[in-house]
This record gives sequence, structure tokens and C-alpha cells, in this order.
Amino acid sequence: MKLIFEKSVRNRRAVQPGPNDVPASINIKKAFLREKSAEMPELSELDVIRHFTELSRRNFGVDTNFYPLGSCTMKYNPKITERIAAYPGFAHLHPLLPQLRMGGMLTQGALRVLYETDLFLREIMGMAGFTMQPLAGAHGELTGMMIMAAYHRDRGNKKTTVLIPDSAHGTNPASAAIAGYKVRAIPTTENGFMELKDVEKVLDDDVAGLMLTCPNTLGLFNPHIRDICDLVHSVDGLAYYDGANLNAIVGKARPGDFGFDIMHVNLHKTFATPHGGGGPGAGPVGVKEKLLDFLPVSIVVKRDDGTYALEYDRPKSIGYVAPFYGNFGIVLRAYVYMLMLGKNGLKRVAENAVLNANYVREKLKKHYELAFDGICKHECVFSVPEKMLRNGVHAIDIAKALIDRGFHPPTVYFPTIVKDALMIEPTETESRETLDAFIEAMIEIAEQAMVEPDTLKNAPITTPVSRPNETAAAKNPNIASL
Amino acid sequence: MPFISNTTEQQKEMLAEIGLGMDDLFSDIPSEFLDKSMNIPDGINEQNVRNKLAELADKNSINLTCFLGGGFYDHFIPAAVYSVVSRSEFYTAYTPYQPELSQGTLQAIYEYQSAICRLTDMEVANASLYDGGTAMYEAMMMALRITGRNKIIIDDSVNPIYRVMIDSYTQNLKIELEETHCVDGLANRERIFKRIDDKTAAVIMQNPNFFGCIDDLNDIAAAAHEKGALLIVSCYPISLGILKAPGAMGADIVTGEGQSLGMPMSFGGPYLGFMASRMKYVRKMPGRIVGQTTDRMDRRSYVLTLQAREQHIRRDRATSNICSNEALCALTALVYLSLLGKKGLKETAQICADKASYAYKRLITIPGVEPHFKARWFFNEFVLDLPCEAADVIAKLIEKGFAAGFPLSRYYDKMENSILICVTEKRTKQQIGTLAEALESVL
Repeated sequence: MKLIFEKSVRNRRAVQPGPNDVPASINIKKAFLREKSAEMPELSELDVIRHFTELSRRNFGVDTNFYPLGSCTMKYNPKITERIAAYPGFAHLHPLLPQLRMGGMLTQGALRVLYETDLFLREIMGMAGFTMQPLAGAHGELTGMMIMAAYHRDRGNKKTTVLIPDSAHGTNPASAAIAGYKVRAIPTTENGFMELKDVEKVLDDDVAGLMLTCPNTLGLFNPHIRDICDLVHSVDGLAYYDGANLNAIVGKARPGDFGFDIMHVNLHKTFATPHGGGGPGAGPVGVKEKLLDFLPVSIVVKRDDGTYALEYDRPKSIGYVAPFYGNFGIVLRAYVYMLMLGKNGLKRVAENAVLNANYVREKLKKHYELAFDGICKHECVFSVPEKMLRNGVHAIDIAKALIDRGFHPPTVYFPTIVKDALMIEPTETESRETLDAFIEAMIEIAEQAMVEPDTLKNAPITTPVSRPNETAAAKNPNIASL
Repeated sequence: MPFISNTTEQQKEMLAEIGLGMDDLFSDIPSEFLDKSMNIPDGINEQNVRNKLAELADKNSINLTCFLGGGFYDHFIPAAVYSVVSRSEFYTAYTPYQPELSQGTLQAIYEYQSAICRLTDMEVANASLYDGGTAMYEAMMMALRITGRNKIIIDDSVNPIYRVMIDSYTQNLKIELEETHCVDGLANRERIFKRIDDKTAAVIMQNPNFFGCIDDLNDIAAAAHEKGALLIVSCYPISLGILKAPGAMGADIVTGEGQSLGMPMSFGGPYLGFMASRMKYVRKMPGRIVGQTTDRMDRRSYVLTLQAREQHIRRDRATSNICSNEALCALTALVYLSLLGKKGLKETAQICADKASYAYKRLITIPGVEPHFKARWFFNEFVLDLPCEAADVIAKLIEKGFAAGFPLSRYYDKMENSILICVTEKRTKQQIGTLAEALESVL
């Protein structure tokens, strides 16, 4: 397919800007102007629409295909939330208005959305307060690490190290490192999670805290979680909860009760806001009482007269991690979702997410090798069985074969501690019929792997491209058409 | 049961088939944690939620005539932008890990990267970052990695909202952050040149700067390069319809806020951080990058590339912790730029500059209203001094239906009477006239 720039026809136009109803009075020194116009494509509106419609058809999305991408929680995104985010009263609100004198009164509706989202998240997570500023999950992790650092600075603690299990998402160690910490990896035992004794072994006064996903990336809940958090607290360390896998427990159990001090929530996962092809998301961070002072500026407060205001005077705060109040449009969608589900709806999210994952696990465990046997939470992780590997069939081949059968593949080769991993997260919104069709396809692929492995190696054949050469792409990067 | 497909009967059947009860599924969680009460209201249906949110939306004032900018702009958004980005094939997809079923997202990002390079006159761009402020922070970190140095010089004409973000991010790091004070709205050359030394990783500038003033940063680039430091320039993409691009001034890393390219202001986000640089630094860039390649039948294809830089491979040694981008916002910017086209982008920039220039001339005819700076080159924002406190005047103008501008005293000393006024192509001659009359009436 041609690039949009290659479709350009000289002097063709789509949108006419303006009108310009003032005298041409531009007054800029020539040395400040560009010599040649930037080479944007010259197209009609129809050309543009056709181009992007064609591109859109080269995509799988949740609305088109089952998308059981493990650890990404690709649940259905309710349409009403899109509609509401486009209400002019929200979409066209200038973020600097509250910084004008009495300007907060111009944005009471938006401030209330932020305030109530904070209240809801506190209740659901068992935390004392949230900031909506972080713009993504990884951004939440960084914010959390900055709060951890500010806490230790405030206490005069000289802490250098953050403990992270080896099954963690790569963002965990990366976030701790860019916040200035050293990272120490804790092994996963044969039970599939981190053991208390392994934490004990490395625990000393240098430990600033622990970062943990629970259930972890294997979909397993660590039953010793409370003890692990207590242990970290014993050296004045803080326990950070990575909310990536919250869909497993939302409405059922609260990270705050487990003993966690800081956490982030991926609103785009648990609270159903669209993933957008890789963003925008939102990663609000919640903390326990003793850390409230360190939350970023600003915080929405409710005054005695019932109005909402932004509080900027927070001397111990870590400052600003985003220009304003976070990805407001995303927070708004999550707020609407929470209002619609309510208490009981949220609890059913976790129940059905876990039911669907266990249904898939149970139905596939004879055909693929479970990384860890036993009840899983929101996702199940398989390994490609040895007999398939001997036939030359790897996780990637199973993934590509699924594409030809109309399914987005699970996450593959992650977690890295599982060989040839297939990480399946069905989410609560999928129906039994869809799961059955997926299971059937997986079983058929497993059979094919034994009798005609080459057909799997040739997959996919139904897509516009097949197995692009990634090595060549990285060797001689072509990342822009200039 | 909103958005859950399986009926209660189906759930029971599924449980029976796998020989478990719902309680068994949560038996691994200690019972002390389970099903504690939460103070959350009961769910409501779509009709009710729509009414409730319509009411809340009405409590936000969006009918003020907007002369408020400060890095976040009220530009016209063509309807076709919404049509494209509301296609769910785009917005319900995720990061394109599987290239075969993500060629739509991948090609769009490649085209976006190309558009950003063309706009900024740079060689490479990433798939986008969260916003203009985090993009600036990431550029700073990138400069530290490239040079192996730890000193950053940042001019105080850079958006103060971004400077406070950089302050926050560097709290826990061993970075020497030096702020230079601009003079008459432009960078103080003498001071910057004196401060650049062999410990300096980068100089951070913004053009047009926070006051709207335009500069040519060639000499600052040269001075930085002479000492082995980089020049980072934050820019306003619409202005690049007519203004000299940072790449043509010798910038090494260019960042900015892309909201003006077709995104509504949305009370602060989602926005779009863009970043462009030179090919020689591509392996030091943070964030996702899409590259062109071929598939096994030699068809042109797009993939996520240079992933060896990233967190899922390098973990604590990654170039950044970022694992997503703002793909839908990048798509928005690309569609916007495609609809405007080469001529439309230039015209939009010209109209903004014309209207701003007209407004400036009109407003300074008001007795007591004076230009704040001697330097007269600005794009679509400018600073005026009022005869009294700007914040107070702005509050009075809100009563008259205007978001008249931003009071600079919020971030700058000795600017109590100064107001930053922005004019986009959406404002009309008549609106400028009524603003002038309203301003005159409250002074």
C-alpha cells in the first residue's frame, strides 16, 4: 500500500482554513521564516478518508476480533464513554482556566469528575488518596518511585535499592532505575511466585521498597503477600503495587488491604478505556495516609460550600509529573464506566475475568503445557510442549496460525521466565461462544503442529503482509519518508 | 450486568464444566481480604449516566471567547479528523506487537514519524510520547545519555509548566540544572554562552518561546556544539507552517506538544508529545519507533523496531521506562496534517500570525496598554502590560465572556501587570474588536 505522501497530487486541497478576515499584517523578520513549506501531502478529503479507512482495515481491534493479549486486558470499550468524552463541555475545556482568578468556578463539572474518580478509586483499592496526573501505567510507576524517594528523603533515610521479582514487567525495573534506584531481582520459585524467604535473604537497610504485580504475570496470586509487605515495612521500606493485573481482583479484594503503600491503576485496562493502538492511557497513583503529602500538585479538594477547587500549596509534594490533571479524557471515560458498573458490577468484572481465564486454562491444559498448574486469576500461561518444539513449532508459529483463524494471538515469549510462553487473557467481556471458538482453534493448531508443522511455519497467509523481517528493520533503520 | 456477555446460566455451566465453584476461583486469596464492603454507589444505566454527565458538562464554561494559549491552543478541528480516529479498528487496538494484524496502526505511525520529520526538518522521529513536557524531560535524559555529562541549561522563556515538570523529575537524580534568565523576551546569549562548558549535556530552548517571541537559535546551537553539548528545542507545530524549523537552526533534539494538530483541549489531555532527532542518535532515543522493512514475499511492511533500547528487553538499563505511546493522538495529528496539506498548514499559520498581529496593533491603541517587550517578532502570542494587575483584569473579562489571556505573574516575578494573549485562526476580527472594547471598559 502506498504511503500517504506518495498519493499527493500537486495543488489538491481538502480543508480550507480560515477565513482570514483581518488585513494581511504578518510581521515577522524573513530570517525567522522557513524557506520551503513543509512537505505535507496534497490530497482531497476523500483521498484522506479512503487512505485511512484502508489502513483501518489492516488492523485487528477488540471490536473486530477476540484479542486475548495477556497482561493487556483487552476488554470491550463501551461506546457511551466515547460519546461523553466528546461532549463539548469536556472536550473544549481549556486546562489553564482553573489557573485564572476564580477560574476554578468555570470548570466545576470537570473538577467533580476528578474528585469523584479519586473517591471511587480510594474505595475500590483501599488507599487514602489518588493523583490523576500519571499519563500511563509506566508513568504511574515512575510517579510512585518518585513518591517513594520523596518519603525516604523526608525521613532522612539513605536507601538505594528496590526489590523486584524476575517475573515483573520490564517497566518495573526501568521505572525504578530512572527514578535513581538500583534494582535487585528476586527469583520466582517453582510455585510460580516470589517466596518470603527470598525477600528475607536480600532485605537490609538499603532497601527502599518492593515493586510487585499481584496476581503476577503468571496469573498467580501470592498467598504470602501480607507477610512480604510487612517484611518490607520492617526496614521502613514501602511496598508498591503494579496495577497491571488488577482486573483479576477489582471489586473482590483491595491492594491497600494486602499492605501496599503505593499503587497505580491502568485505567485503560481495568476500567475499560480504549487502548488507542498503544495509547493514550492513564495511570492514576494511589497512596496510603502517610504518603498523601507527597502526591503531585495539584489535588482536587471539595470545599465546605460544596464547590471543588485545586490545591497547589503542597510543600512536600514531588511536584508535577504532567502539565495539568492527567489524561482527563481518559479519566472521564473510566469515571463513566465506574458509575455504570457500580459496586456489584465491578465485583462481577473480576469474577468473570477469572472464570473465563480458568475455563480456557482447563480446556487447553491437555494440549499445551501449563507453566504452573492450579487456579489462575485473570490470565493463564502455557508453554509450547516439547513435542511441538521438536517439530520446529514455536510460540510465534502458534501466534501466527491464530491470526489466520481470526484471533489476535496471546502475548508470546512473556513472561521471559517461561520458555516459549503463551499468555492468554480473555477478559470478562468475552462470551463462552468466542472462548469455545478460540479453544477449538488452539486445539486444531496443536494437532497441526504434530502432523503438518510446515503449514504453521507459513502462517499467516490471510494478512496483507506475513512475517516482516524485523532484523533487517533494526539493522538499517528506515523510520521516516523524508 | 453491564458489558459481560455470559449469562448467569452460562457462567454456571462453565463452572460446572471445569468442576469448580466461583468461590474456588478466589480460594488462593486469603479470605480476610475478600469481598470487603466498598462505599461505591450502585450501577446506573446508559440513559442515566448520559443525563448525569450532560449536567456535569454544562457546569464547565466553554462559551468564553478564547484568547488563552500558553502552549495549549484552541484551533479549528476538521470533522474528518474525528471520523478517522473514531474508527474502532484504530482505537480498540493495542500496541502493534503482531505486525501482520497491525499494519494500519504501524503504517500510520510511520507516516506520522515522517510528517514530524518534515515539519521539524529532522531525520528521525519516534512514535510519540505522553505530552510536550514529558517529551522535553525524555529529550533531556537522552542528551545525558549521549554526552555522558550531567549539566543542563534551560532558559526561563521555556514554558514554565514544563520547567516545573523537569524540576520534579530531576529531584532524585544527580543533574545540575541551570536556569538562564531571558532578556527582553529573548534568550540572553551572553549568559548562555558563558555557562556552556565541557560538563554541559544540553541547552533547552523553546521557539516561539512561552511569551510568543520568535528567535533564530543558530548561534546557540553553534555555541553548544563547540563544547560538545546538544541543543534541545521545544516548538509549536502549527507555527512551523511558516517559521524556520528547529532542524534548520541546528537543533539536535526537537520536542513539542502536538495538541494543536487536531486534538481538543480536553482539560489537559490526552495530548501528544513529539520527538525528532538526528539519525546518529536514533539508538539513544526513547519510546516506540516504527520502521519500514519487507516481508518474506518482499512486500513493503512496517514493524516496531530498535526494540533493543526498550524496557521489555533491557529492563533497568533501558533508554526509558515508557512502553506505550499516544498512538491515537499521533494518528490524529497525521490526519489533521493530511487534511490541511502543504498549503493549508502554511495558511493556518499565516492566518494565526496575521490575526495576532492585528490584535496586537488594535490592543496597544488602548490607553495604558503597552507592549511588554521591545522585540516585536512574535507568532500568535504576545505579552502586553496593563495599567493594573493582569489577573484582576482577566477575572473581570471572564464576566464579559472572554478568556482574555494568561496572567504571567503566576510564573514570573515582576510581571504582575503582564498578560499573555493568544490568537488562533478561529478568532474573528469582530471578536478581537469586542475584546478590545471590553478590555478598555474594565481598565
